[in-house]
Amino acid sequence: MAIADVSISATPAPQRSWWRRNQQRLTPWLFLLPGMAMFLVYVIWPIFESFWLSFYDWDGLGEKVWLGWGNYAELFDDDAFYTSLWNNVLWLVLYLLAVPAGLAIAIFLNQNVFGIRLYKSLFFFPFVISQVVVGLMFSWFYAPNFGLFYKLIEWLTGTGVAVLADPELVTYGIIAAGLWPQIAYCMILYLTGLNNVSPDQVEAARLDGARGLRMLWYVILPQLRPATFIAVVVTVIGALRSFDLVSIMTDGGPFGSSRVLSFYMYEQALSEYGYRMGYGAAIAVILFLIMMIFISGFIWKMVRDEREGY
Amino acid sequence: MFPRPIEHSAPPARIAYQVALPIALVLWLLPLIGVALTSVRPSGDLAAGNYFGWPSAIAFSNYAEVFQNSPIGQYILNSFRVTIPTVIGAVAISTMTGFALGIYQFRSNIPIFFMFVAGNFVPFQILMVPVRDMTVSMGLYNTTTGLVLFHIAFQSGFCTLFMRNFIRSLPRELIEAARVEGVAEWKIFIHIVLPLMRPAIAALSVLVFTFIWNDYFWATVLTTSATTQPVTAGLYSLNGQWIASWHLVSAGSIVAAMPPVLMFFLMQRHFIAGLTLGATKG
Amino acid sequence: MNIVVKSAALGLAVSTLMASTAIAQQRTLKYYADFDPAPLAAFEAVIADFEAANPDIDVVLQNFDHEGYKTAIRNFLTADAPDLANWYAGNRMAPFVNSGQFQDVSDVWEEHNLHESLASAAPSMTIDGKQWGVPYTYYQWGIYYNKSVYEQVGVDVPETWDEFVSNCEKFKAAGIDCLTTGTKALWPGAGIFDYLNLRTNGYEFHMALTSGEVAWTDDRVKATFAEWGKLVEPGYITANHAALDWQDAASLLIQGKAANYVMGNFAVAVFKDGGMTDDTLGFMPFPTINPDVARAEEAPTDTVHIPAGAKNVDDAKKFLAFLATADVQTKLNEALGQLPINKDSSVADDPFIKAGFELLSTTPGGIAQFFDRDAPAEMAKIGMEGFQQFMVQPGQIDNILERLEKARQRIYK
Repeated sequence: MAIADVSISATPAPQRSWWRRNQQRLTPWLFLLPGMAMFLVYVIWPIFESFWLSFYDWDGLGEKVWLGWGNYAELFDDDAFYTSLWNNVLWLVLYLLAVPAGLAIAIFLNQNVFGIRLYKSLFFFPFVISQVVVGLMFSWFYAPNFGLFYKLIEWLTGTGVAVLADPELVTYGIIAAGLWPQIAYCMILYLTGLNNVSPDQVEAARLDGARGLRMLWYVILPQLRPATFIAVVVTVIGALRSFDLVSIMTDGGPFGSSRVLSFYMYEQALSEYGYRMGYGAAIAVILFLIMMIFISGFIWKMVRDEREGY
Repeated sequence: MFPRPIEHSAPPARIAYQVALPIALVLWLLPLIGVALTSVRPSGDLAAGNYFGWPSAIAFSNYAEVFQNSPIGQYILNSFRVTIPTVIGAVAISTMTGFALGIYQFRSNIPIFFMFVAGNFVPFQILMVPVRDMTVSMGLYNTTTGLVLFHIAFQSGFCTLFMRNFIRSLPRELIEAARVEGVAEWKIFIHIVLPLMRPAIAALSVLVFTFIWNDYFWATVLTTSATTQPVTAGLYSLNGQWIASWHLVSAGSIVAAMPPVLMFFLMQRHFIAGLTLGATKG
Repeated sequence: MNIVVKSAALGLAVSTLMASTAIAQQRTLKYYADFDPAPLAAFEAVIADFEAANPDIDVVLQNFDHEGYKTAIRNFLTADAPDLANWYAGNRMAPFVNSGQFQDVSDVWEEHNLHESLASAAPSMTIDGKQWGVPYTYYQWGIYYNKSVYEQVGVDVPETWDEFVSNCEKFKAAGIDCLTTGTKALWPGAGIFDYLNLRTNGYEFHMALTSGEVAWTDDRVKATFAEWGKLVEPGYITANHAALDWQDAASLLIQGKAANYVMGNFAVAVFKDGGMTDDTLGFMPFPTINPDVARAEEAPTDTVHIPAGAKNVDDAKKFLAFLATADVQTKLNEALGQLPINKDSSVADDPFIKAGFELLSTTPGGIAQFFDRDAPAEMAKIGMEGFQQFMVQPGQIDNILERLEKARQRIYK
């Protein structure tokens, strides 16, 4: 304080008053500067660069060759692309099961019995663990011949199922692994939401004879709307970002049946057998555009709430 | 309260609930329990096909073996070298951006805010090639610094959203009063806003720590060698070496999962507060 | 922030300190490699010998996971090049040679007369009339089998494909997988394809196919898959191979749950670790399919290269010359359980290595590297996915071949 005062009084009066006059206008920009600079350089600018790269053929080592729409033309004639796209749709739809499942567990756990806090934390546990570890756990769970899941199916039906070797089942197997932490996440959102449900309304509804599912649907869920919104947002984004589990559990296999766009992009652009940066960028652009549909929706809703909030 | 508190129910229902709880928990954590048990199973048991029976002994030596015969110690250290600077950087930067966007009203406030929010949602793949090239050309490829810089930049999206909303919820009268007193704006930040933000800083630090610790994609894209790779990417390489040695894979997984798990249990209140911010009001 | 600055300054101080002491005493040679544990130990011994012979050089070996290395090399060659790097001969090194990522080491070959001592591998190390690295080992492929289950089922070791297939029926009746494989990492399936194609259509055709000169929809390719189908359709191949690593499949052979395994000789170490001995583990050349086709074999060559971005080229060349010498190759390959390239080296006294030496030195047809080394990387990936799919869904063969053909037309321009 003292030092600052000295330095301010040491500066000539007109300058000081200029700063005084303008500091409310300038301060936010000074505070924004480091964050915005880094964000523009590392996030915003690369988006445009990827768009630009998607028009080139480039192996990351040599010269870039202009292709125009060539990469996109090839992409729309590429079976692997459609497999990935279809798997992304599966991910999106099935991953959303995490929202009702999270709600169900939250309702189950929303009690005041002894030790319930510990139960809640342990149920939340899977979300804290890295997806790499989750992927390894489920690989072990599904492992042919000795995996717990394989043994269980063998015990029930006589023949075990090697989920990760089966082109029809593999994506479902990976999504199930992904649901585990995601359900935990949705659960914690709803537990917090349930905590804040107005007791008066619940009591009033109870006096009116509302119970069970009717109570849930007409009284509780409307009050949980903010939690549902966040749960849907994080789940949709999570589904479209799914990469770690595919990479850890199958590497896209068997023969590409478990690829999703994010993994296919990486495979084309940076993996052992491909260094097609331009083609990879084109896949990324498609993924980005799909994501943009959702992002715009979320942002639109948030802007609207923001306006109302003022 | 919903559902109806179980203590108001008949005794059989109460007992049923008390019994159902641990059973549900065990089923829910089955993969985790399986891996934890495998991690202390002697390798001989696995070779003999004893995957699920009672282990013939408790082999904590698996953990010793993981540390002695693999660079997992180095991987863990690398993870800290990436995670801690990122937490400090991202939290510092976003306290500032959050302050700017939460306190001041200016024309581009909302567009800038939503630039951060939207950027935070983009798929990583659209950034991958350019960020990798940029890191290579700065000479930071395969360094923890390269990884830290990117993480700080990317996390500042989420962190700004978080901080700005938190600052919004602070009482504005304090700031108005300080302005009337003629306190300089930066002093308002340091002496008034910052102390009030302690809970937000704690919550955000724990969250960012977990996110970055668990990051796998950028670790694979920006680092290659055991001297720089964080434990997530390292575990993937080790998995390639430890094929059919599930006792080692399991022990390695448990070790890699430990720091965020400890962080969660120690800072549970902050963690959940951070994660559920916005889940109660909209 | 302060902490970051401090640690950066500290880091700078430490690295300067280390660099200056290193300059004062020793020159560093940075070596990136992808050894599995057993070969790693063998190579560490070679490095120790090299350091003993050159006390002023300090070789810093950084070992990568074998599969991960194949991705990592693309990154580190451009971004963070070591002085030496492991890789493979043949077409597999072409992209790095053509894009200028590997250095021409023809002078090492000239100076140390490697054209003579490493003559057998010279063609696969040469592009544009120059040599781009030094080979140190190669190893045969073939069929490893469990002698005990052959006895148990009561069948003879087959000479021809028909005998092999009819044996399979008996193995199946006994509940044993006739042929095992683990295609999670894709490449083990390519070994089966290579041999079927070499035996059905011969070396020249196989090389033409992998260099993109023949259509994948060609009838001769279909003939190869028809032979393969004789194993796939009756279910003679391990069912869940797509979820198994090659080591997992090796366990099946060790446990007697599988009879035969098309593999490279490096697998012997795994079989023996699992308790097999020379009495229970057998090796046979892949059986004859078309008697009119000259027997060709598969023997991938492993190599060491100097990246274009290497900082200590002189010492790197010294190391390559050292690695090429007869004594070093003898000692190294004895430990690796593989075959030396240098013609003056001696072959270890081991039945599998001797069998391989015999097999390769008498081959009338030719020696292929391996599908993912003979074909360009992109084609190899799509091809190996096709092989894996064929072993799961043999009915899809036409779709698979059309997909491969489409890829061929795009990749080989």
